[in-house]
Amino acid sequence: MNYDWDWGAVRDSLPLLWDGFLTTLLATVLGTLVAAVLGLLVAMAGRVPTRLVTVPVRAVTEFVRSTPLLVQLVGAYAFFNTVKPLTIGIAVLGIHYAAYLSEVYRAGIDAVPKGQWEACRALSLSPRRTWQAVVLPQAVRNVLPALGNYAISMFKETPFLAVITVTEMVAQAREYGADHFTYAETFTLAGLIFLAASYPTSLLMRKLEQRLGH
Amino acid sequence: MATDPLQKTTSPAAATDAPADLVRFDRVVKRFGDHVVLDRLDFSVQRGEHVTLIGPSGSGKTTILRLLMTLERVSDGVIWVNGEPLSHMRGADGNLKPANEKHLREVRRKIGMVFQQFNLFPNMKVLQNITEAPVNVLGLGREEAEERARELLDLVGLSDKVDAHPSQLSGGQQQRVAIARALAMRPEILLLDEVTSALDPELVAGVLDLLREIAHTTDITMLVVTHEMNFARDISDQVLMFDSGRIIESGSPEKIFSDPEQDRTREFLSAVL
Amino acid sequence: MGDFYSYFFGHLPQVWSGLRVTLEATVLGSIVALALSFVFGFMARSRTVLVRGVSRVVVEFFRGTSLYVQLFWLYYAFPLLAGYQLSPLFCGVVAFGMNYGAYGSEVVRGALNAVPKPQWEAAVALNMTPAQRMRRVILPQAWAQMIPSFTNLLIQLLKCTPLLWLISAADLTTVVQQMRDRTGASTWAYLTLLVLYFVLAYALTLLMNALERHAKARLGQRPPARSLLRSRTSQQAAQPEVTAGGAL
Repeated sequence: MNYDWDWGAVRDSLPLLWDGFLTTLLATVLGTLVAAVLGLLVAMAGRVPTRLVTVPVRAVTEFVRSTPLLVQLVGAYAFFNTVKPLTIGIAVLGIHYAAYLSEVYRAGIDAVPKGQWEACRALSLSPRRTWQAVVLPQAVRNVLPALGNYAISMFKETPFLAVITVTEMVAQAREYGADHFTYAETFTLAGLIFLAASYPTSLLMRKLEQRLGH
Repeated sequence: MATDPLQKTTSPAAATDAPADLVRFDRVVKRFGDHVVLDRLDFSVQRGEHVTLIGPSGSGKTTILRLLMTLERVSDGVIWVNGEPLSHMRGADGNLKPANEKHLREVRRKIGMVFQQFNLFPNMKVLQNITEAPVNVLGLGREEAEERARELLDLVGLSDKVDAHPSQLSGGQQQRVAIARALAMRPEILLLDEVTSALDPELVAGVLDLLREIAHTTDITMLVVTHEMNFARDISDQVLMFDSGRIIESGSPEKIFSDPEQDRTREFLSAVL
Repeated sequence: MGDFYSYFFGHLPQVWSGLRVTLEATVLGSIVALALSFVFGFMARSRTVLVRGVSRVVVEFFRGTSLYVQLFWLYYAFPLLAGYQLSPLFCGVVAFGMNYGAYGSEVVRGALNAVPKPQWEAAVALNMTPAQRMRRVILPQAWAQMIPSFTNLLIQLLKCTPLLWLISAADLTTVVQQMRDRTGASTWAYLTLLVLYFVLAYALTLLMNALERHAKARLGQRPPARSLLRSRTSQQAAQPEVTAGGAL
């Protein structure tokens, strides 16, 4: 292997990759936010005491979890062809991960001891107050580490957005690589940036998980 | 019983000039971190002897069995079995050094153990639990191993459970299988670690009766940790009373149970009897 | 709608060939992943720090650098470095295998550690060799524990195979995309594609459920027959794979 590694390409592509990285980060943060909120709503809908709600909710989340993100993305992109690609990307990432997170919330809510609900009833708290002041604060605590881990997974899947023309980091790497024929440098760089960003975050999540005693 | 399944487990070395002490602890120390579990322990067990270790929990009794079974390593001192070091082996210079896996496998051959929690293998049916090691460790033929396993199951009263899964058995039945499994390896030394402590009260007597029978009809050397004092009195040749990692009193069961010298022993016995 | 489906059913051999590529990538990729799971999982339990360290670094590397980048790197960058082009399917199998092998190694490690210590001790007390303890006692018990997590990873892997489309392997997604381009029926094309993947995922789940049931039956556990039909994604979703870290 006598490849002539082009450090110039590494240097020159870095600003572009940085631009792309910001898009990647934006998509991850907003996508996680959507997933966190939507996931909670789905989890709560799953507790509505009628099958008319729970069965469809379960079917849809199951379907979303069982089908490829990439196909969901291109499908949504084709269907909502007037919406900005980045918006579609964030929405699809958010929905896809909400389907996962709803299960995390469900487990988190289930883990709140039954006595807590009974105590709320004994104090005649309204359902709203019960959720807001008692159940959710405890459930969210159970949910945080998993939320973090899914955010990291999402981060590593943001390159999928390139397929719907969002110029995130890997799209930038590919473009620069194609123009200068330096795929080796730019893709390696992109991979290392992913590693550099996701590994410490993962360790942090692990710490958090241990701190919360999971 | 047409054939005696225990016949072959009788110690073949009785006629040889082996040392009188089958097991000897020589200033054995066991520490876990800063905590000293066994403190320069000396005692010996003779061939064929049944020795019961009693004392409050945490006094180091179980650790002795685990050291003998090589599940733990000594921190200091040497354990001798049949004149050979168990915890150590002789290096090229003749000095003792900690045993390696090969040496441990060699010395373990004489020793079997029954655990408090049975520890049957859930991925094997009852028969295979008993034949697994004889076939794969002793190199017995499958047929011979199965025949012996059936005899042993007969002895422990579980002939009808040959094809059962361990999970389908009661605790008492599981422990009987575990006893059969240990005997199938024809140990010279059998270690019994609180074997009835995890059992429902109504199942205890059956297991103890079985062990009495084994104790009285074979000459397997036994080291027993138990809280069943009547059982200890029935089978023991020697009783060792432990406290805080040391033997504070030893002697015949008659002496220890009827006329102990130490206040600590009296206190302990009055608490458990 | 009519247009798309008359085209779709008129070109079933094409669908079939795309399906075959997808299944090939899934099956071969998961075989590589399974093998690597065990290699790195066992290495992570080695007594030698160096062996554990190598396993740790490889696992963290493949978990941390994004599958997407790995695949593109193999397809675009590797030929420049090595001087020859790998086939798209081969790139897919290697990238899927390495990536999910890295996740799988944590499953193997966790399941081996989860076998109760007394089981090891009982095997020692019967004087088994270390290899016998592992093969006869520990692995059969750990295996039953691994299967649900492996099922999850298998479905994840299947869901990543549409990436092959991006490196021009003619997988299921590629074929249906082409049909969409011919007919212009985006909605029906993508819905059909999603349903096809859903069916594939469910079929794989059923297969793995049967495997799990078999493994559990050997441990004397009989899960209710209904569990055979159950999709496992909801259970697994509640516990995401840990994305990094672990004891060295």
